[in-house]
Amino acid sequence: MRYAMVIDTLKCVGCSDCVVACQTENNVPHGYCRDWVTEAVSGSYPNLELELRSERCNHCANPPCVRCCPTGASHVIEGGIVLVTADQCIGCGACIESCPYDARYQHPDGYVDKCTFCHHRLEKGQLPACVSVCPTKCMYFGDLDDPNSEISQLLKNRKYKTLSPEAGTDPHVFYLI
Amino acid sequence: MVTSRRKFIKISALGVGGITLSASAVNLLASNPLLDAAAKKNLAKKLSRTATYCEVCFWKCAAWAYTDEEGDIKKVIGNDDDPHCNGRLCPRGTGGLGMYSDEDRLKTPLIRTTINGEETYREASWEEALDLIAEKFTEIKQKYGPESFALLKHGSPGSHLEHLFKAYGSDTIAEPAYAQCRGPRETGFGLTFGSWVGSPEPTDIRDTKCLVLIGSHIGENMHNTQVQEMSDAIDNGATIITVDPRFSTAASKSSHWLPIKPATDIALLLSWMHVLIEEELYNKKYVEKYAIGFDELKAHVKPFTPEWAYGITTIKPESIRETARLMAAAAPATIIHPGRHVTWYGDDSQRERAIAILNGLLGSWGNRGGFYFKEKISIPKYPHPAYPEPKWGWHEIGEQYPFAEMGNTSEVVKATIPNEDNPYPIKAWMIAGTNLINTLPQREQTLEAINALEFLVVVDTMPMEITGYADVVLPECTYLERYDGIRSATNRHPSIAVRIPAVKPKYNSKPAWWISKQIGDRIGLGDYFNYNDFEEVIEWQLNKMGTSLDEMKKIGVKNFERTSGPLFLEEGQDYEFGTPSGKIEFYSQQLADLGFDPMPVYTHHPQPPQGFYRLNYGRSPMHTFSRTINNPYLSDLKSENTLWVNPKVARILDLKKDQPVWLKNQDGILSAFPIKVRVTERIRWDSVYMYHGFGHNNKKLTRAFGKGASDAELISKIVVDPLMGGTGLRGNFVSILTEDPHKNTKV
Ligand code: SF4
Ligand code: SF4
Ligand code: SF4
Repeated sequence: MRYAMVIDTLKCVGCSDCVVACQTENNVPHGYCRDWVTEAVSGSYPNLELELRSERCNHCANPPCVRCCPTGASHVIEGGIVLVTADQCIGCGACIESCPYDARYQHPDGYVDKCTFCHHRLEKGQLPACVSVCPTKCMYFGDLDDPNSEISQLLKNRKYKTLSPEAGTDPHVFYLI
Repeated sequence: MVTSRRKFIKISALGVGGITLSASAVNLLASNPLLDAAAKKNLAKKLSRTATYCEVCFWKCAAWAYTDEEGDIKKVIGNDDDPHCNGRLCPRGTGGLGMYSDEDRLKTPLIRTTINGEETYREASWEEALDLIAEKFTEIKQKYGPESFALLKHGSPGSHLEHLFKAYGSDTIAEPAYAQCRGPRETGFGLTFGSWVGSPEPTDIRDTKCLVLIGSHIGENMHNTQVQEMSDAIDNGATIITVDPRFSTAASKSSHWLPIKPATDIALLLSWMHVLIEEELYNKKYVEKYAIGFDELKAHVKPFTPEWAYGITTIKPESIRETARLMAAAAPATIIHPGRHVTWYGDDSQRERAIAILNGLLGSWGNRGGFYFKEKISIPKYPHPAYPEPKWGWHEIGEQYPFAEMGNTSEVVKATIPNEDNPYPIKAWMIAGTNLINTLPQREQTLEAINALEFLVVVDTMPMEITGYADVVLPECTYLERYDGIRSATNRHPSIAVRIPAVKPKYNSKPAWWISKQIGDRIGLGDYFNYNDFEEVIEWQLNKMGTSLDEMKKIGVKNFERTSGPLFLEEGQDYEFGTPSGKIEFYSQQLADLGFDPMPVYTHHPQPPQGFYRLNYGRSPMHTFSRTINNPYLSDLKSENTLWVNPKVARILDLKKDQPVWLKNQDGILSAFPIKVRVTERIRWDSVYMYHGFGHNNKKLTRAFGKGASDAELISKIVVDPLMGGTGLRGNFVSILTEDPHKNTKV
């Protein structure tokens, strides 16, 4: 089992519904977010390209945030999901520094928080909140180890990229391009 | 502890190219049974759900409101069985609970009063506020007749109050959704196909092979079903052609983007018709069977070659030809989308006629991948005495516009400004669910009318600008706290949805049905409100429809079979269109008889003079009009608008990213607040662009106050559509000021 997310940038309209859904599902305080939308424009009028991308923790297979965590609060669970145990987190911020994706934030309650792949929903057989709400259905979630899963098939048949592969973190959020 | 607030929308360079997937060694360091803190908080509480439909925009998606044991709403999720949302709300709908939790809400009735010579509001009881309103209803009726009391409304509260007004004897009812938004397309399509487009639009985007968007920014306007279906169309490899001077989100998803010079759309549409007809690409069988006026149209569009259109639109002739051929190749599974906010340059009904005719030439109406025949179910009328016959109403007020089919808000405003020649003087307004200050153009005219009113009552959930002008303000509870009418909308098949209160109204707020009944009871119209609770009305209606409130509470949405026949025309089927001829009318005798152009013509519209830029405005996906800017969730996503400026313009004017600027329009009107510059290639050099709805000036909206600029305040010039009275709003030009023009005028 290796959970991963695949996001089709050709369909994302940048509405940020994924952001609100995550906030309400996960009690993310106002002013903070576990996921966000990036807009990138290239070219000059009228020869333009626009990419919209919903970003979050990449649940890296080689996560510097876990390696640098002094208390073990940042850890990896079954399926490759990277989590922070709030009770063990001392809020030192080392993981925030080490994450090349700026995926973590200091929760006002004193611990570090970030995307969990909504594993509390996975346990109930539900998709992550952001995936299940997206009106363009441009986000897919599943098991990368299963060659027949929707995400494996998409990655087999479409062109894709990951963010900052040069960081060597082996990210597990993939963007179809 | 330092808390960093991350910016929600990050602007960065395009990411790096694709990499191959490495065989990942899954790093199972530890399996931790502890859930993270936030999820724990949520899981600990058992959530129960209540059926509702959304009121954050007009799409009205059916949803479930999830409430915890303490009776607090935690989230709102789409109803899987709803054809409007298919279980997926848009960001506004997902953030709908912010409407409920917003601590800036109106909390108790307010009455305008004078203390020490200064006007202010004092808190009042419902009894007192309603007694006062009832007294005014009686007084206006006695002095001027009930027709002089106007209702200006939007959304669900409007329909309850509409019932009150009709019972009272006034049909002086209007909403900005008509003359300021979609009216022209209903006229244009009505004249051509004999049928309104309506809402949701009956466009079969899901199955289309070619979607043409002209000034319609699906994706930024989160018209939920349309966005979902456009995504399906992308999956199916449909061709998308977008015509827009701005590189919109939809343009970025399109295989063809035609960056048109603003205000020249009709020239492009005529030229497309020219190509279809001259190259004999139109749907001959369909046109022969269903349309009239083809020969006249052919002669009419003969001169409108792509070369002619090039000079006007700046779209290259090859592009015009190529896109016309693509449309024809996909036809009849081609949609030239009617758009929604279509009040642009005053010839909007004619532009919509051109769009309708183009669809007619391609055979799209009534064919798969084009427009389907929509159907809805009618809700049984809860019994009440017949309404009295008003002496005049919205129709008479707007009678110089022969094709107006709904009340025209601007005309109601004009009829309120004292004028001896006006046979339809309006003396009092009730406003519900619409912030007229930010909704109507020509703010000065609106204020002049408001000043002339003898009485103004505003019903709203939030202290919008308009509430500050009221004599009485009534705090409505939000949609999550009330019953409302059953939602029945046109779709591929009929469906109904119910709205059940998930929690009790917060503060001292009340539902609009209750307000209407209370006023009705007080002015002797009790017979029209023969129920104690609106729940009884819904229950009665649902029983008549073969279901029950109990069932609907469990399912939220009920889908019905079609009874009006198939979704699309069958091969060679006889079909009578709703036009006088029973045919699709390329040539409109109705228009000719009244002295209008029977076929659309292109007229030149003014272009911005030196130093000015066309003011374009539009939707951001996370906001509805001006009403959601203060919503805590949605303001988190976008708290202010920016001024989109082309880098060339920025260079000439020496503007930097995020620099605050002020705007001054052609009539010398200044923006009240500064707006930050966004330098982007996505906009032409002759226009600027901003999201609509920002720049609130009511301090009670703590999150929205003073954030960004209001496009509405800068729209002082309008061109009125002679057919239906729509107010063309896109003819305003602004200059950009880098110094605060209010610096010396501040008190
Ligand atoms: S909800 Fe979907 S379409 Fe909207 S921003 Fe997120 S990923 Fe993109
Ligand atoms: S994206 Fe950042 S926080 Fe997430 S696993 Fe990778 S390094 Fe850690
Ligand atoms: S997977 Fe869950 S926690 Fe992660 S971004 Fe999506 S909604 Fe938020």
